[in-house]
Amino acid sequence: MPATYDSLATTTLSSNQASVTFSSISSNYTDLVLIMSVKSSNAVRGYNIQYNGDTAGNYSETQVYADGIGTTYSFRTSNDTKINVSQMAASSTNEYVIGVVNIMNYSNTTTNKTLLTRWGQTSTDGGIVFKVGNWRSNNAITSIYLYPNGDNFASGSTFSLYGIKAA
Amino acid sequence: MPLPPLGIFDKAVAAATNSYQSIATVTVGSGGATDITFSSIPSTYTHLQLRITARTTIAGSATDGIYVQFNGSTSSVYAFHRMVGNGATPSVGQGTSLTETYIDRITGGLSPSNNFGVAITDILDYTNTNKFKTIKSFGGFDSNGSGNVTMSSGLWQSTNAITSIKLFLFSNGFAQYSSIALYGIKSA
Repeated sequence: MPATYDSLATTTLSSNQASVTFSSISSNYTDLVLIMSVKSSNAVRGYNIQYNGDTAGNYSETQVYADGIGTTYSFRTSNDTKINVSQMAASSTNEYVIGVVNIMNYSNTTTNKTLLTRWGQTSTDGGIVFKVGNWRSNNAITSIYLYPNGDNFASGSTFSLYGIKAA
Repeated sequence: MPLPPLGIFDKAVAAATNSYQSIATVTVGSGGATDITFSSIPSTYTHLQLRITARTTIAGSATDGIYVQFNGSTSSVYAFHRMVGNGATPSVGQGTSLTETYIDRITGGLSPSNNFGVAITDILDYTNTNKFKTIKSFGGFDSNGSGNVTMSSGLWQSTNAITSIKLFLFSNGFAQYSSIALYGIKSA
């Protein structure tokens, strides 16, 4: 049986970087999976995704957060310019936060694009998050742009993109 | 051949290459579908994964829930636990002695027409005849002002190997363009 879960690209940063882009993404798969291990160049920061260079208010999300010591909440964003997909630990720690993003039916041109993401952090401002995000476009995703809410991705952070192909 | 990510490999054991395989995919046509069933599931894998993009035909609601039964069993031997966020308040739920187990909520007729819900459901050790069957699921939908995100676990209190999976909705059926893909995961 042919391979179904393919590694498309991996980036390991050799220096601090303001963003990471995956471009010219093949349309031959059904779903995409991003697996990221990321630390900040400075403070704890969230980081975001945009598709195909779309910087307009076409994104939205619904999430649950729990800090493990008593705080749990759910919130959503609407008409946003990005989806927050994970978080970076502070540079003062050796922790790299793992984020796993599943982008479902990314090349389908009849549906909006929905992702699932989850991450957990145990150092400062720790907690767990699980989230669904939506891009209100029927366009196939051909590029992915990841960028933090301030500071940079630290050297040593890794970003891996996989493609899953349905029968 | 790339190795599966997030795997833990013992140096003494050869890795299983090509260990994540597509078994079957169902895409709903213009007439919709009351339910979706995967049958004659091969026993050659260790775990199964369902990857779901779906919408319900229910007209009077923005959402509906997906449920699962195994091997045609409609006995009261299923259970679930879930945590849900609706964008305002997190909530929890559970059920025992049920005739089905629960996966996720997806979009319905009151949601924008191109908006579909998604879920990823893992069915662990599905051929093991010494264990009850456990599933874990992560899914949701967001309709730009409304939405649900769910983490859940489910149980089928049977030690039978799973040979068929039936997915259906609480009300109505699956809408056109809904797609459910079944994958098998092999161990080394």
